Amino acid sequence: MNHTANSKGFYGNFGGAFIPEMLFPNIDELKRVYLQTINEPSFQKELKVLLNDFVGRPSPLYYSRNLSEKHSANIYLKREDLNHTGAHKINNTLGQILLAKRLGKKRIIAETGAGQHGVATATVCALMNMECIVYMGKVDTERQMPNVERMKLLGATVVPVTSGSQTLKDATNEAIRDWINNPENTHYIIGSVVGPHPYPEIVTLFQAVISKEIKEQVKEKTGKEYPDYVIACVGGGSNAAGAFYHFIDTDVKLIAVEAAGLGLQSGKSAATTALGQPGILHGSKTLLMQTEDGQVVEPHSISAGLDYPGIGPLHAHLFETGKAKFLYVTDEEAINAGLELTRTEGIIPALESAHALSALNQLTFKKDDIVVINLSGRGDKDMLTYLEHYKNI
Amino acid sequence: MKNTNRIHNLFQTKKKNILSIFFTAGFPEISNTVAILKELQNSGVDIVEIGIPFSDPIADGPVIQQSNQRALENGMTLNLLFEQLKDIRKEIKIPILLMGYINPVYQMGIENFLKKCSDIGIDGVIIPDLPPEIYEEQYKTFFKQANIANVFLITPKTSSERITYLDSLSEGFIYLVSSSGTTGKDAQFHEKEYLRIRSMNLRNSLLIGFGISNYASFQKACHSADGAIVGSAFIKALQKERPIEQITPFINSLLKPQTVTG
Ligand SMILES: Cc1ncc(COP(=O)(O)O)c(C=O)c1O
Repeated sequence: MNHTANSKGFYGNFGGAFIPEMLFPNIDELKRVYLQTINEPSFQKELKVLLNDFVGRPSPLYYSRNLSEKHSANIYLKREDLNHTGAHKINNTLGQILLAKRLGKKRIIAETGAGQHGVATATVCALMNMECIVYMGKVDTERQMPNVERMKLLGATVVPVTSGSQTLKDATNEAIRDWINNPENTHYIIGSVVGPHPYPEIVTLFQAVISKEIKEQVKEKTGKEYPDYVIACVGGGSNAAGAFYHFIDTDVKLIAVEAAGLGLQSGKSAATTALGQPGILHGSKTLLMQTEDGQVVEPHSISAGLDYPGIGPLHAHLFETGKAKFLYVTDEEAINAGLELTRTEGIIPALESAHALSALNQLTFKKDDIVVINLSGRGDKDMLTYLEHYKNI
Repeated sequence: MKNTNRIHNLFQTKKKNILSIFFTAGFPEISNTVAILKELQNSGVDIVEIGIPFSDPIADGPVIQQSNQRALENGMTLNLLFEQLKDIRKEIKIPILLMGYINPVYQMGIENFLKKCSDIGIDGVIIPDLPPEIYEEQYKTFFKQANIANVFLITPKTSSERITYLDSLSEGFIYLVSSSGTTGKDAQFHEKEYLRIRSMNLRNSLLIGFGISNYASFQKACHSADGAIVGSAFIKALQKERPIEQITPFINSLLKPQTVTG
């Protein structure tokens, strides 16, 4: 099974670098240096120290007694919510800022939807004293105001994007345009396993620390080599790619959970594998929610981090080959799973992660199964949504 | 290639100051396509590039982005565009290219797309986000079979080695992006790089595009290449009241120095 991209950047039928020629020098430079740079001992060492002491890794693998009892299995939560800045996103931004430094770049751009990747980027830019520009759909700047303020406090410039539907996909377009216009001094820190090759692979490699730790922690806590299930939500798919990475060639059952929004048939959904067709967006061939005419459709999810009309090419490949099983969780189901964890374990999960939790209800386990759920982030950013829902029940 | 005769003939018979105009299909009104084409031909334009609107035009600045969005809101689709162009060769004799992002073309299916192009008499296609490596591997034979020219982009930053490669694949002409950037920004001319590119003696003619907006920039581009492509500035002209009536004065303003009237 091929879980690294081939030399042309393809995972099976998906991936590649569908970029205008203006971006060729940037992508070519990145392609030539990224693997070698990332594998340098001095790079690895600097990254490891920061992951440990700045981010707080390894993140704990927590045995959830209540969920285990309820679902008659051994259920563990991989606590990415305990990372600095509150989500897995920082694993990638830290790796990429070190890469940018070695490329001699002075200016960092990023796109963000919910603001988690924007905050994680602004944080590492503050740490490394780099200029930081974050593109965010105007609609998102309004619904995620606290994260906008956080980014500004960290010294970033937040640019509200007013083109198209004014959300994540348009913020990504705008970041790509910035990169086309500032090819020399700028590195684009993309926030998920999407975009032109080699981005999906770079982000996967930086997130792969999640499954590396899960493997060690499962061994330590249970004596087994592998868990039976790993469950993660998929927006673009970076936390899932990281949680799956070291298990792709094994028998571990990989469960990817997409946002069904108001329901798969409601017209308000972000379930790309259920509703999408192969297509090309943001520089890679992948599954894409689109019209028959090839126009990209605006998705819907209660969770801004899952509100993306595509998925990374690795996930499209895992879906096509059946290597990962894709499940769909509605807004309502996700909120309820989030509230349940809040009340039974004292952990308020991000709404994205709550989708992964809710997938437990769609699976049946054997008694001694070891099930790991990647708790990709904490729910502080989602308080308003939780409260609104809570009032109504 | 027999069907690229119109582009080929043009470059055979006209050696300089070639003017190519880009507009977005379905903008400002969905029914404007044929009227714009006629007016462009009448006003002396050499080539037209019809933009296929797309929801996510990453290489375009605000003017073309907005024209795309408006065209989609108007209901323009690739199928409808082909329908509008069905009988276009009865009246329009100048070369016509379709320019757009890969996804709508991919959804239609490349063979189907190319067949429709060749049935109508479209001469060439420009797909900025179709990389040459993929074109060569998966698309080239279909383009050859359909006799449709595929035009590649280069920039002042493109290495000579890569230009040689792109020149070997490109048919019709090569689209030289004035300065690496998105569309609609004022062109910055990189004369030294243009000279490097010209001195390579490419098999294709060169047209400079992106940021060409008036007589002065058109002249400058023509000084360094066989001609130029105007997009955003033309779309801006179409944003005015009675867009079709704007066309001839706009083209005249590109071709002749302007005397200030007041
Ligand atoms: C906590 C959390 N989980 C998941 C995601 C979805 O992104 P990905 O699928 O790349 O992990 C986000 C994105 O903002 C997030 O903030």
